[in-house]
Amino acid sequence: MQQEAGATHLIISDIGSKRPPARWSFWRRRVGIPYLFLLPFLLLFAFFFLIPLGYALWISFFVERLVGGTVFVGGQNYLQAFRDANFWFGVRNVLVLLIIQVPVMLGLALVLALLLDSQIVRLKTLFRLGYFLPYAIPSVIGALLWGYLYSAHIGPFTQLAAVFHMPAPGFLTDSGIIPSIGNIVTWQWTGYNMVVMYAALQSVPTELYDAALVDGASGWDIARYIKIPLIAPAIVLTVVFSIIGTLQLFNEPNILGAIVPNIIQDHFTPNMYAYTLGFTNQQYNYAAAISFVLGGVVFVFSYVFMLVTNRGRQR
Amino acid sequence: MAITESIPVAAPGAGARQRAGRRRGWTTRSLIMLFMVLLLIYFILPLFWMIVSSTKTNEELFSTFGLWFAPDFNLFGNLASVFTYDNGIFLIWLRNSVYYAVCSAIGASLIATLAGYVFAKFQFVGRNLLFAIILGSIMVPNTALAIPLYLLLSKVGLINTALAIILPSLVTPFGVYLMRVYTEQAIPDDLLDAGRVDGAGELRIFWSIALRILMPGFVTILLLTFVGTWNNYFLPLLVTNSPAYYPLTVGLANWNSLAQGFGGSQILFTLVITGSLVSILPLIVGFLFLQRYWQNGLTFGSVRS
Repeated sequence: MQQEAGATHLIISDIGSKRPPARWSFWRRRVGIPYLFLLPFLLLFAFFFLIPLGYALWISFFVERLVGGTVFVGGQNYLQAFRDANFWFGVRNVLVLLIIQVPVMLGLALVLALLLDSQIVRLKTLFRLGYFLPYAIPSVIGALLWGYLYSAHIGPFTQLAAVFHMPAPGFLTDSGIIPSIGNIVTWQWTGYNMVVMYAALQSVPTELYDAALVDGASGWDIARYIKIPLIAPAIVLTVVFSIIGTLQLFNEPNILGAIVPNIIQDHFTPNMYAYTLGFTNQQYNYAAAISFVLGGVVFVFSYVFMLVTNRGRQR
Repeated sequence: MAITESIPVAAPGAGARQRAGRRRGWTTRSLIMLFMVLLLIYFILPLFWMIVSSTKTNEELFSTFGLWFAPDFNLFGNLASVFTYDNGIFLIWLRNSVYYAVCSAIGASLIATLAGYVFAKFQFVGRNLLFAIILGSIMVPNTALAIPLYLLLSKVGLINTALAIILPSLVTPFGVYLMRVYTEQAIPDDLLDAGRVDGAGELRIFWSIALRILMPGFVTILLLTFVGTWNNYFLPLLVTNSPAYYPLTVGLANWNSLAQGFGGSQILFTLVITGSLVSILPLIVGFLFLQRYWQNGLTFGSVRS
């Protein structure tokens, strides 16, 4: 096979050199055709990614005043964002989720992936599909359903508590709301992360741990010393996606906010705050600045995480 | 891939422990199965509750236990109210969701396949830079885009149109990345060269040779984009403000706010619940039948990196 491939290559380069003028052919192959094929994507990418992003950056340096119209103010919106207690309140909420919910979710996903990959569990397809199912549900509907389950009026947990003469669980209270949101996100995304890790595990050739099995290594040893290190790239991927998703949290608190508006205010997460600023208060410039600061926070967290894990792996 | 370096070699000569471990494992095994079953119940619970509740009247939602059926079966009555409430607006949302998702999915997967194929098979000027920018864009939070996107779309008069939802959904940097990886694995250079020797144009080679081989990847992106658009809430929330253009997600969220506003005295609770059931049915069916493709999409990104 190798030799055959080499032979075709030779023939083709021969033909190529005899056909149209070399410069034209070079241009055609290196610029013309690739960019022609890329054109649809690049156009859309420019219109719906690069230009909006640039535009947001641009307007974030201006302020709209009732008197005097739109004025360039430099970094003033950013300074205001850094001093804005509402913004940092939201950042604090998503950071709490990031530090507590994400490790719980990914730890659970990893345990499930390892169990599904092991010899211990039967009915693997049933479990895998069942765990993955919430991913197929729109996050809006997931949040709606949990909102009802949490409800003090029709929620089954409240009903159960009443049967046993216990106080109703305070899912949608000041102290309960962050765990409640964390639960929705965990419910929705554990299966997805599990599948990513499970697929990575499946691609590990079994010969790699057959030898260890013969040598009497326990399933735990194999998981700890062989499987987990091998699927580290997949785990890193799930962490980065979780960081991006959690810091941008919007749907779940927004839906629950319709049920308990006094518990989830409109600056409960930075994303909700930017939305409120932009679409309720029409403060587009400031909203754009808030979005950029949030984007910066997301970038810093994912980047630092990748840097740290890369270091760790090189050592 | 530096797989082989990091494997510690297990101590030799511990052969018989394996069988002993298996016998000891009986209780452990039962405990693990219990754990797995409990989790399965946890993941299924909200869906079970939804199915049960969609068979109840609004009064029964309050008066009967949430996790079991009421004496009478009211699913069809609820379905009828979902589809007729407010002059059948739900049907319009359903149609919108289908329309947005189908158009986005077909367009996005074609565009991403074409782009991924080019990145995989052509050495062109600016390739690495472009690809780095596209990959980097995955990291940019949607929020940073949402507000300017809204402003720009309203400047060109696209608010409350299908295009405002479909066009931004056509850009799938992750799809381009997946297709690049997939093309590199699936299509040997020789095959394309053979086509060129036979005098086929590049477009013809893509259309009648490459695309056929890339079909599984194409379907994966089709599916991921379909689900992504079907489930999208933030973008349509921004770019539509008339119920006639809502997709199901925004419509249902709207019903939910209304229901909460009335304190549940209206039939809206059952509407939201039964409507949710209807709107996830196509996804669940597609999910069960096409799960191979789902899994593809989630995996090749991670396995290769």
